Amino acid sequence: MSDVPILLEMRSITKEFPGVKALSDVNLVVRAGEIHAICGENGAGKSTLMKVLSGVYPHGTYDGKIIYQGSESKFSDIRASENAGIVIIHQELALIPGMSIAENIFLGNEPRKRGAIDWKAANRMALDLMARVGLEEDPDTLIKDIGVGKQQLVEIAKAFAKDVKLLILDEPTAALNEADSKHLLDLLRGFRSRGITSIMISHKLNEIEAIADQITILRDGRTVETLDVKADGVDEDRIVRGMVGRELSSRFPDHTPKIGEVFFEVRDWNVRHPISAERQVCKNESFVVRRGEIVGFAGLMGAGRTELAMSVFGRSYGVYESGTIIKDGKEIVLKSVADAIDNGLAYVSEDRKAIGLNLLDDIKTSTVAAKLSKISHHGVLNEVEEYQAAEAYRKELRTKAPTVDESVSKLSGGNQQKVVLAKWMFTDPDLLILDEPTRGIDVGAKYEIYGIIQRLADQGKGVIVISSELPELIGLCDRIYTVFEGAITGEIARADATPETLMKQMTSTKKMATR
Amino acid sequence: MSRLKDLQKNLFGGTTSNARQFGMIFTLVAIVVLFQILTDGLTLRSDNLIALFQQNSYILILAIGMLMVIVAGHIDLSVGSVAAFAGILVAKSMTEWDLPWPAAIVFGLAIGAVIGAWQGFWVAYIGVPAFIVTLAGMLLFRGGNQFIGNASTVPVPEGFREIGSGFLPEFGPNTGYNNATLLLGLAAALAVVWREIQARKTRRAMDADPAPMWISILRMAIMVGVIAFAALRFASGRVGTSFPISGIILLVLVIAYSFYTRNTAGGRHIYAVGGNSRAAELSGVKLKRVNFFVMMNMSVLAALAGMIFVARSAASGPQDGNGWELDAIAAVFIGGAAVAGGIGTISGSIVGGLVMAVLNNGLQLMGVGTDRVQIIKGLVLLLAVAIDVYNKSQGRFSIIGSLMRPFRREDSASPPDAEREPAKAAVSG
Repeated sequence: MSDVPILLEMRSITKEFPGVKALSDVNLVVRAGEIHAICGENGAGKSTLMKVLSGVYPHGTYDGKIIYQGSESKFSDIRASENAGIVIIHQELALIPGMSIAENIFLGNEPRKRGAIDWKAANRMALDLMARVGLEEDPDTLIKDIGVGKQQLVEIAKAFAKDVKLLILDEPTAALNEADSKHLLDLLRGFRSRGITSIMISHKLNEIEAIADQITILRDGRTVETLDVKADGVDEDRIVRGMVGRELSSRFPDHTPKIGEVFFEVRDWNVRHPISAERQVCKNESFVVRRGEIVGFAGLMGAGRTELAMSVFGRSYGVYESGTIIKDGKEIVLKSVADAIDNGLAYVSEDRKAIGLNLLDDIKTSTVAAKLSKISHHGVLNEVEEYQAAEAYRKELRTKAPTVDESVSKLSGGNQQKVVLAKWMFTDPDLLILDEPTRGIDVGAKYEIYGIIQRLADQGKGVIVISSELPELIGLCDRIYTVFEGAITGEIARADATPETLMKQMTSTKKMATR
Repeated sequence: MSRLKDLQKNLFGGTTSNARQFGMIFTLVAIVVLFQILTDGLTLRSDNLIALFQQNSYILILAIGMLMVIVAGHIDLSVGSVAAFAGILVAKSMTEWDLPWPAAIVFGLAIGAVIGAWQGFWVAYIGVPAFIVTLAGMLLFRGGNQFIGNASTVPVPEGFREIGSGFLPEFGPNTGYNNATLLLGLAAALAVVWREIQARKTRRAMDADPAPMWISILRMAIMVGVIAFAALRFASGRVGTSFPISGIILLVLVIAYSFYTRNTAGGRHIYAVGGNSRAAELSGVKLKRVNFFVMMNMSVLAALAGMIFVARSAASGPQDGNGWELDAIAAVFIGGAAVAGGIGTISGSIVGGLVMAVLNNGLQLMGVGTDRVQIIKGLVLLLAVAIDVYNKSQGRFSIIGSLMRPFRREDSASPPDAEREPAKAAVSG
C-alpha cells in the first residue's frame, strides 16, 4: 500500500491537560481510500487524538503537526476541520430527536433560496444522501421514531452532506445489533471502493479484523505500532497483545464453579410496558438461580432482558401484572427498589453514566450510595466508616484512582464499572444482576471484571449476567437462558452452548411456534 | 511543597467544592473591606452590622430552603408570596382571633407546611415542573394575601415583634458590653476549635495526613479572630441592642440544616436526586418523598421568614415579600450551587446571601439610589456565576487561579506546576 498517497499524517502529537499527559508523541499515517482502525484500551488516548484532529482542541493547544492533503492544517474549531472534509461521528449521536431526518441532515447547513430554507431541495437532496447510505425512510420521519441503527446512518448521511473526505467513526457499532452492525460495516466497505477514507475507533476486535486495512494501536497515550492487516496477518490475539502490552492467554480467568441449591426463583412473570399498556414486555417468564451459579441471559436488543431484570428489581421498570418471586423457599414481594435491596438483590445497570452513577459524586460517596444505613448510626453518617469501606473496595477491586476522593467522572469506563460493582457489593446482596457488565470496557479490565464476577459466585451468591456478546456469555456462564420478544425461549447448559445454538433460540423458536 | 501551596490546598479543605467556597469567602471579605474604606468605616460599625443582620436574616433563611430545592433540581418562585400569605394569616390570628403569639408562630409554621404539602404534591406525585407549580403558587398566595388582608396592613402585638426586632437580653455584671452576645461569641469560638480538632482526628482515621499544624492554627486563629471581632461589635451597640433574635434563629437553622445536608442519609439523598435522579432511584432512594420534602420544607421556611419580617416591620402588608424569591435564588447561585442541581452547600449560600446583603447595604450607605443598586446587583450575580462556569469549562475551580491567570506564561501546554510559579511571585512579591 506504500505507493498510495498519504491523506493525513499526524506527527508527534502531544497533548497535556493539567496534571496528565493524554498524548505523548503520537504518530498516525492514514493513506487515501483505506479503512484505518485505531485500537487501544480506554484511556489510551484514542478520543483525545480524534479531538485534536477535528479541531475540538484547536491548533496551539497541542504540540505536533497535522499534515492533511499535503499541507499543514491548523484547525481552530470543528467547523474548520469540517470545511476541510473531516467529519467525526461520535459515539453519542448528535441528532435532535424531535426533528425529521432531512432537518437533521442539513442542520447548520440548510440549502437556502432567497434567505429562506428551501425544503423541497432539502428533501430531494436528503433522499439522494439517504440512498447513498442505504437508508430507506421518508425524510420527514422524526429521528425519535427510527432505531439506533438507522440513526447512525442519518449521521453518516449528514457527513456526506458536508462533502466528507475523511470520515471518523467513534465506536460506531457499540449500540447496534448484529444486523445493523453488519449493514454498517458493508457500507464502510462500499465507501472504501468509492475512495472515501475512514478512521474507525472500536472495541469490537472481530469487526476491526474483518474490515480494517491498517491498525494503529495506542497505549497510555503513545503509539505502540501500526499493523498492516493483510501483510502482517493480524488476528484478534495479535491486536490484544498490542493493546495490553502482554499476552492474554485466555479471555476468561480459570474457574471451577461451586454450584449449590436453587435459592432464587421467578415464576410466571408478566409485565406491561409503562406507557403503551397493550404491549406486554415480559410474557410468563420463569427462571431459577442456584447459589454459586452464574446464569446468562442471551437475547437480541429489545428482546426484553433489561425489562425483565429491572421489573424483578423492585418493579423499577414497567407495570407489574402478575408473577411471584421466591427466595430461600419463601415468597417475597418487592414493590420498590428499597425492598429489593433489603431482600438482598442488586442490579448493575447497562448504562453506567446515565442511570448507574451520579457523575457529580466521588468514589466514596458512590460506593456507599445504595446502603447508607450501613455507615450511619441513629441517622448520622460516619465519614470514617464511609472512607474505610470505599478504600477497602478500591483495594480489593484494584480500582485505578489516586484516592477515593476522586470524582467518578474522571475515571475510565472500566474503573467506573468497578465503582458500580463496589456500590452493589457493599449492599451484601445474595443475587447480583449484571446488565452488560463489560460494555465499553477494554480487554484488560474485562478480564478483571470476569474475575470479580467469579469470586462473587464462589462466595455463594447467585449472579445473573445479561450480555449481547455471545462469547462472553459462553465463556463466563454456567447456564444460559435465551430471551426472544419478552419470553424465555430456551435454557442451555454451558457444555451445549455455542454461538449457533444460542442464536437460533434467540431469534426464531418462538416466532415459529406462534406462527 | 511550598508554604503557599500548602495554604491554598489546606486553608479551606482542599477539595474542589471547598476551593469554590474559599473563593466566595474571599469575595465577601474583599467587598466588606472595600465598603469599609468607601464608607469611611460605617460598614463595620455596630449599629450597621446589627441592622444588616436584621434586614437580611429572612432572606438568608429562605436561602437555606432554596439551596435544598435547587440541589434537588427544582426551583421555588413562590417563597415571597408564601411568606406574605403566612404573614397576614398570623397577624390576623393574633389581632382578630386573639391567638397568643407563641401559638400564632406554630400556626404560621403549620400554614407553611400545608402550602408546602400542596406544592410538593404537584411536583413530586403529579410531576408538574416546580417552576410552573411555584409560578402558580406565586400568583395564588400573593392574591391570597391581598384577599385576606383586603390589601391593607394588619399590625402585630408587642410580644410577637421580638422574633423580628428583639435582641439578646442584658444580664450579669456591667462589662460595658452585652454579656449574652459575648457568651455566644465564646461558644462559637470554642465550637470552631472543637471542629478543627475533630477534623484532624477524622483525617487521621482516614489514613490521610491532616493539614500541617501551622495551617490548622492559622485557620483557627483567623476564624476565632473574626468571631471575636463580630462579638465585640454586636455587644457594643446602642444600649438595648445586641445580637438580634432573628440572627439567633438563622444561626440555629444554618447549623441544623448544614448538619442535615452533610451528615445524614436524608441530606445525601437530596444531592443524589439532583445529581442523577434515575441513578438515585435505582439505588433505593425514594424520589417522590425527597422531592415532596424539599418543596414542603421550603414553604415552612418561607412562612418563618414571613413571620420574622412581619415582626420586624410590626405589621403585615400587601407588598411583603415582593421579589424575595429572586434574592434567595441569587444567594444560592452566587454561593456556588449548580443550575442543573446536585451541587451546592448551605454555608456557600449563606456567604452568597451575605455578599448581596453587604453590597446592598454598602451602596445604600454611600447614597447610591435603588436603581443603580439593582443594576450592580444584577451584574454581580451574572459575574459570579460566569466566573464559576468559566472555571468549570477550564477544568479548574480555583478562583485564586483565575485571578492569577493573566500572569501565567503564554505556553498553555506547560504543566500546572510551572503555571503556578508566576502566581507565587505575584503574591509573595
